[in-house]
Amino acid sequence: MNKYLYYPGCSMESSARAYAESLNAIVDQMGLVLDEIHDWNCCGATEYVGISLTPAYSLITRNLALASAQAAKQGNGTNTVVASCSACYLNLAKADHFMQERPLLGKNVNEALAAGGLHYEPGTLEIRHLLDVIINDVGLDAVSAAVTKPLKGLRVAPYLGCMVPRPDYEGRWSDHEHPMELDRLLSALGAEVIDFPLKTHCCGGHMTQISPSTAFELLGRLLHAADQYHADMMVTVCPMCQMNLDAYQNETNHALNTHYQMPVIFFTQLMGLAFGKPATELGFARNLVDTRPALSRIGVEAPAPAGPPVQPRKVKKTGLPMPSMPGHEEVHE
Amino acid sequence: MSTEEPTNPSPDQEKIGVYVCHCGSNIAGIVDVQEVAEWAGERLKDRGVVVSRDYKFMCSSLGQELIENDIKDKGLTRVVVAACSPHLHENTFRTACGRAGLNPYLCELVSIREQVSWVHTDKDAATTKSKAVVSGGVERVIHHEALEPLVVPIHPATLVVGGGIAGIQAALEIADAGFPVYLVEREPSIGGHMAQFDKTFPTLDCSACILTPRMVSAGGHPNITLLTWSEVTRVDGYVGNFTVTIRKKPRYVNTDLCTGCGICQEKCPKKIIDEVYEAGLGYRKAVYTPFPQAVPRYPVIDRENCTYFQKGTCRACEKFCPTNAIDFTQQDEFVTVEVGNIILATGYDLFDPRRVTQYGYGRLANVFTSLEFERLSNSAGPTNGAIVLRDGVTTPASVGIIHCVGSRDRNFNNYCSVICCMQGLKFAHIVKERTGATVYNFYIDMRTAYKAYDEFYQRVLEEGTLFVRGKVAEVTDAARLPGEDGKLIVQVEDTLASVQRRIPVDMVILSSGLQPRHDAKEVAHLFGLSCSADGWYIEKHPKLDPVATMTDGIFIAGCVQGPKDIPSSVSQGAAAAARVLGRIQQKQIALEPVRATVDEAKCSGCRICNNLCPFNAILFHEDRMVTEINPALCQGCGTCVAACPAGAISGTGFSNEQILAQIEGLLLLNLQPLHATAAD
Repeated sequence: MNKYLYYPGCSMESSARAYAESLNAIVDQMGLVLDEIHDWNCCGATEYVGISLTPAYSLITRNLALASAQAAKQGNGTNTVVASCSACYLNLAKADHFMQERPLLGKNVNEALAAGGLHYEPGTLEIRHLLDVIINDVGLDAVSAAVTKPLKGLRVAPYLGCMVPRPDYEGRWSDHEHPMELDRLLSALGAEVIDFPLKTHCCGGHMTQISPSTAFELLGRLLHAADQYHADMMVTVCPMCQMNLDAYQNETNHALNTHYQMPVIFFTQLMGLAFGKPATELGFARNLVDTRPALSRIGVEAPAPAGPPVQPRKVKKTGLPMPSMPGHEEVHE
Repeated sequence: MSTEEPTNPSPDQEKIGVYVCHCGSNIAGIVDVQEVAEWAGERLKDRGVVVSRDYKFMCSSLGQELIENDIKDKGLTRVVVAACSPHLHENTFRTACGRAGLNPYLCELVSIREQVSWVHTDKDAATTKSKAVVSGGVERVIHHEALEPLVVPIHPATLVVGGGIAGIQAALEIADAGFPVYLVEREPSIGGHMAQFDKTFPTLDCSACILTPRMVSAGGHPNITLLTWSEVTRVDGYVGNFTVTIRKKPRYVNTDLCTGCGICQEKCPKKIIDEVYEAGLGYRKAVYTPFPQAVPRYPVIDRENCTYFQKGTCRACEKFCPTNAIDFTQQDEFVTVEVGNIILATGYDLFDPRRVTQYGYGRLANVFTSLEFERLSNSAGPTNGAIVLRDGVTTPASVGIIHCVGSRDRNFNNYCSVICCMQGLKFAHIVKERTGATVYNFYIDMRTAYKAYDEFYQRVLEEGTLFVRGKVAEVTDAARLPGEDGKLIVQVEDTLASVQRRIPVDMVILSSGLQPRHDAKEVAHLFGLSCSADGWYIEKHPKLDPVATMTDGIFIAGCVQGPKDIPSSVSQGAAAAARVLGRIQQKQIALEPVRATVDEAKCSGCRICNNLCPFNAILFHEDRMVTEINPALCQGCGTCVAACPAGAISGTGFSNEQILAQIEGLLLLNLQPLHATAAD
C-alpha cells in the first residue's frame, strides 16, 4: 500500500468530476491510499501569482502547512503530497521551491500563516503529480497486471499540457519537451498510442476568458494535430486542458470553421475501462463531446453526454472598438 | 602561544635571500611590495634572512642576475622568491640559482600574484597576507634539501593511439624521421571520421582522395607497426620507458594468407546495419572491411552478428575463401611493446541528437544527423551520393540545416563544437549543387574563422542559400497552415527580423556537435591523464603547450583535446610528433627529483594508497607487506602522502616538517613578539 497526502483541488469537485470519479474507481486496485488534506483551499490557479506574491503563496502554502501538520499528527508515515490537477501540482511545488530559494518570501508567507496558527517549513514535504506516482511508485508492471480489458484498437493522443513536465524541479520526467511517461502508461493499457507532437504544447489556459481568439487558435492546433493522426480521443492529465478542449471545442470549431468531434478524457478514465470498470462509473457521462463513437470501437458502451452540446456564445457587440496596435498585423503573418 | 619557543630548528647557519617581485603592476598594484621586502629583511632577520629586495620584474635577466650576484657575493644558502605561481617561473629561478652554484632545489617560489594580488582588492590586507606568505616560504625553505635530478634514457619507439587523421599524421612524421611507431586503432581500419566524409570545407576537396594516400603510406611504412582492431589495455612505466599492453581482438582472418579479395564479404549471408562507418544509414556483412580503401585490407568477422558464432552453422566465408584465410579459432592476443613516448589521438563521438527531443530525431523519418548526411552525400555511400529522403527515392525540394545541436546549450554542452558552422555551409552547397533544393541554415552565430572560411560563407550566400538567425524551437510534423501537410515544419524565432517563422521543409539536417568519446574518462585514467569537466583531455598549457599533458611523455592531438577541424587536427598531430622527436633526439631526460618515498618501518601494508596514484607509481610487495614508490614514475603530486593513515609516506619537497614549518610561518608564529624586541 502506498500512502499519500492528497490535495484534490477545486476542479476535482466541479469541472473535473469525471477525473475524481474515475480516480476513485481505481485507487484500490492501484494500491493507493489517498489521505485528503482536511480543510484544504484553492491553490489560486494560474492567476493569483500574477498579482501579488505573498498572498498568492500564502494561499497555496496554507495547504502545505495543513498537510505537514496532518502528517505529524496522524503519524501516517508519509510526507508526500499528491495533486491530481496540473495547476495545483505546479503551484504547490513552486511554493515549496521558491520559499527555499527566496528566504524573504518564505518569511513573509509564514508570517501570514501565523495569523491562522499555521507554519510550513519548506522542503519538508515532497510534492508530486498523480501520474508521476502511478508511473514511478505503482509502476507499469502493476498497471499491466491489473488490466483485464486491454484497449486494443483504440487510438489515443497522449496530451500532458505544459504544467506537469515543466519546470521539473526534482528531475522526475524523462524529458521536458517530449516526455514518454503517459505514452508508456497508455501502451500498458493496451491502447494504440500515437506519437503526438504537441503533447507538451499549451492549451491556452485561462485565455478562453481573457482572449478567446488566442485560446481558439491554440486549441485548434491541438485538435488539428490529433485529427491529423487519426486519434480516436485525446487523453489528458490536467483538468484545465480537459475543460478547455472539451467545453470549448464547439466554440473553437465555430471560430476556426472546423468540425472536430474529438473526445478529450482523463487518463484515469481509460485506466478504469482497461481494469474492467463499467463506463458509467468512470464519469464518461460528464464528457461534453460524445465519447460513444470512439468507445464503441473497442466494444465499450459509453453513456450519452449528460447535456446537449454547448453552443457557442453569441458575442454581443456592445463595446467600443479597440485602437489598433502597431505590429498586430504581423502576429498572424 | 606567541611567547612559546618556535619548534623549528635553528636557522643560524642559513643565509636566506628574499626577493619580492612587482610583476609590473600585476602585484605592485595591490601589494605594497617595497613594504613586504623591508618587513622581511627586518622581521625575519633572526630566521636567517640576510638580504631582502624588491624588483620590478624578478624574472627578467636583470632580476635573475640580482639573485645570482647575491648568492655569489653574500654566500646565500637558500632563496625565497615571492612572485607568480610556481607553474610559471619556478624553473626560471631554480635555473638562476643553479647558475650561481646553489642547488636549484634550495629555492622556493611563493605565489603573491595568483593567490594574493589577483584575488584581493584590499591593499592593506593583501600586503599583510603577502608578508605571511613570504614568512611561510622562509620557514619552509630552511627544510629544503639539495636534490639531484634523475636521468633516464628515452626509448626511441612511440605509441600512437587512434588512427584518424591526427594519429596518422603524427605516426607518419615520426616514422619518416626514422623512428619506430606503433599505431593502434580500435576499428578494423585506420581513417577515422575523415574517411566517412564526402567533401571537406572550404576547398571541397574529396575527403577520401586526400586521406587514402596518407592511409596507404601509414599502412606500408617500414617504421610503422599497424595494430588495427586492437585496444590498449595497460600502461606501465614512465616517460622514456613505457611498457604498453595491447589487446589484438581476434579478426578470425589469418592476415598472412588473406589477399583482401573480398569474396568472403560477397558470400556472407548476414547483413547488418553499419552503425559505425555508415552512421546507421547503410549495411555491411558480418565479415567486413568498413570501406573499399580500408587499411589494412583484411576483413574482420563481427562475432556478435556472425551466424556461425551465434548458431554454429554457416561457414560460408570459410568455404569460399580461395586462400583458406578464415580461422574461427583465433583468440585475443596480447602484445607488449616498449615505447618512450605516447601520443593520444582518440578523437570524438557525435553528440546524439535524440537527446534534443524537440528536434524529433529518431521519431521523424526525414530528420538526419550530420554524419548521416555525410554518408548520404558520399558517392561511395549507401545511395551513391544521391540526396534523398528516408524512403530512399524522393529528392527533397527544401532542406533545413540546424546549427548548434547539442552545442552552446546549457542543457547539453556549453562549448562551441567549432566545425558545425562550416559543415552546415558545406552541406548547403552540396544540397544546392546536387538537387537545386531551397536550403535554409538556422544558426545562432555564424563562426567562419580561419583561412578561406568566410569566403566560402560568402560563396554559399551568393548561391542563394537562405539564412535565418535564431535557435530552432522545434521540428514537428504537426501541420496547421496551408502548405505544411506532409512536411517537417521548423519553428524558429528569426531574431534579425523579430518574427516567429514556421518554415516547411522536406528534410532536416541536424549539425550535431562533437563530444568526447564515450569511454574518454576510462582511457584518460588508463594513461594517467586528466579531463576537463566536459571530458576533453587537458593540455599542459592552453596557449603555450597545447599538445603536451601534465603527464610527462604523453601527448595529445586532434579532437581528443577539444573540437577542431581537419587542418587543426593535422597541425596538432604534426606538433605532437615534433615534440616526441625532440625528446627522442635528446636520448635521455632529467626527471624532477620531487618524489614521494615510503618509510618501510612505518608502512602497515594497508594498501590505501595503492589505487590512488594517478601515475601508477605505487607497487606493493606481497612478501614483505609493504608499499614502494617507483621514483621514476612518481610525479610528486602528494596524493599518497595525504592519504597514508600511518604517515609513512613523505614527499621530497613537501615533507611533514616542511609543511608544518610553512604553516607556522604563515601564522607568523616564527616571529619574536614585537614588544619583547622593544623591551630589550
